[in-house]
Amino acid sequence: MNAKRKQRLMIVLFIVFGVTVAVGLTLYALSQNINLFYSPKQIVAGEAPLDTRIRAGGMVVEGSIQRDSNSLKVSFDMTDYADTVRVEYTGILPDLFREGQGIVAQGKLDANGVFQAVEVLAKHDENYMPPEVAEALKESGQMPRQAAEAYNK
Amino acid sequence: MAENKKWMPRWFYQMASPRWCYDFTGKLLPWFAVAAALLLAAGMVWALAFAPADYQQGNSFRIIYIHVPSAILAQSCYMLMAVAGAIGLIWKMKVADMVAKACAPIGATVAILALATGAIWGKPTWGAWWVWDARLTSMLILLFLYLGVIALHSAIESEATAAQASAVLALVGLVNIPIIKYSVEWWNTLHQPATFTLTERPAMPVEMWLPLLVMVIGFYCFFAVSLMLRVRNEILRRERRAGWVRDLLQRV
Repeated sequence: MNAKRKQRLMIVLFIVFGVTVAVGLTLYALSQNINLFYSPKQIVAGEAPLDTRIRAGGMVVEGSIQRDSNSLKVSFDMTDYADTVRVEYTGILPDLFREGQGIVAQGKLDANGVFQAVEVLAKHDENYMPPEVAEALKESGQMPRQAAEAYNK
Repeated sequence: MAENKKWMPRWFYQMASPRWCYDFTGKLLPWFAVAAALLLAAGMVWALAFAPADYQQGNSFRIIYIHVPSAILAQSCYMLMAVAGAIGLIWKMKVADMVAKACAPIGATVAILALATGAIWGKPTWGAWWVWDARLTSMLILLFLYLGVIALHSAIESEATAAQASAVLALVGLVNIPIIKYSVEWWNTLHQPATFTLTERPAMPVEMWLPLLVMVIGFYCFFAVSLMLRVRNEILRRERRAGWVRDLLQRV
């Protein structure tokens, strides 16, 4: 490799590493802003702002869903297996919404620590399986469960 | 010159010759075309008709067989574009510039395909077409980088300057690739983590991921075919005054 090429190689490496470091530091500084949602742990710890539009994400606790018989109002607990937050929502839920399902809700945290959601999205996990396999895993109690880390990063 | 030979393998310098590259890709082309046609046809039928439905999403999960291969290819194609651009910058190799130029429209197309299929899947599954989470946003930035490279290339008249400028842009954008890949691990996102990784067992049974693997390889073969066609066209266009191209065109 002659000197000129070596010099150009250095320039290329400098561009790639320089940009990587600059972008890396920026993203590191902004990491909380890049998170799409707050976890129940962060909300309970008071890290999430009150009365501002935020998103919260977690798993719907089994047996916690309460539906109002006269309206579309629904309330349920959302957990990351560390802490739990009560969510209230009025509207149509996504098809995938069910107990044990990961969700991301957009809304405001009220003074009582209840999350008033205006939008609920289902968060699908990376596990795919045919119905028969899911059936068998459920029976043997080995259904893969989303780890708490999926909501606390 | 003797030192150069040691630095890189012989085929690297052979590829630098447009004529040699044209002949070599001409030999490879039919094989890749046949492989792409067979793999894509087999993978598509297998994925749409024979793979089992998902327990939660039913049949709508089948879009994964287009979405995942196109997303993987969009990133691989970008890396090839940046590496070819770097080779063009360092060695002043015309063929590398042509490869980088040919990559951009293919990559932009598969990036659009990945974003569109993701949105179509997101509406029934998540309940939203689009969410500004880290994975989706960084993928959109990848598309804009491709469009930027295409625009920059066509904005500059001199081929050499255009190749230089777009290679620098491609190298700057290279930082986006690890961000796309690790966005689902570094930050809270709505997009799920990778189902399919090189290092871990896939988070789906074999009758689901085998057709996906066939589709991924099929997409790569298709990419190879369209890249070679574009590069060969570009070689003929740029070398149109060379004797061997004239002979070639007269023979046809």
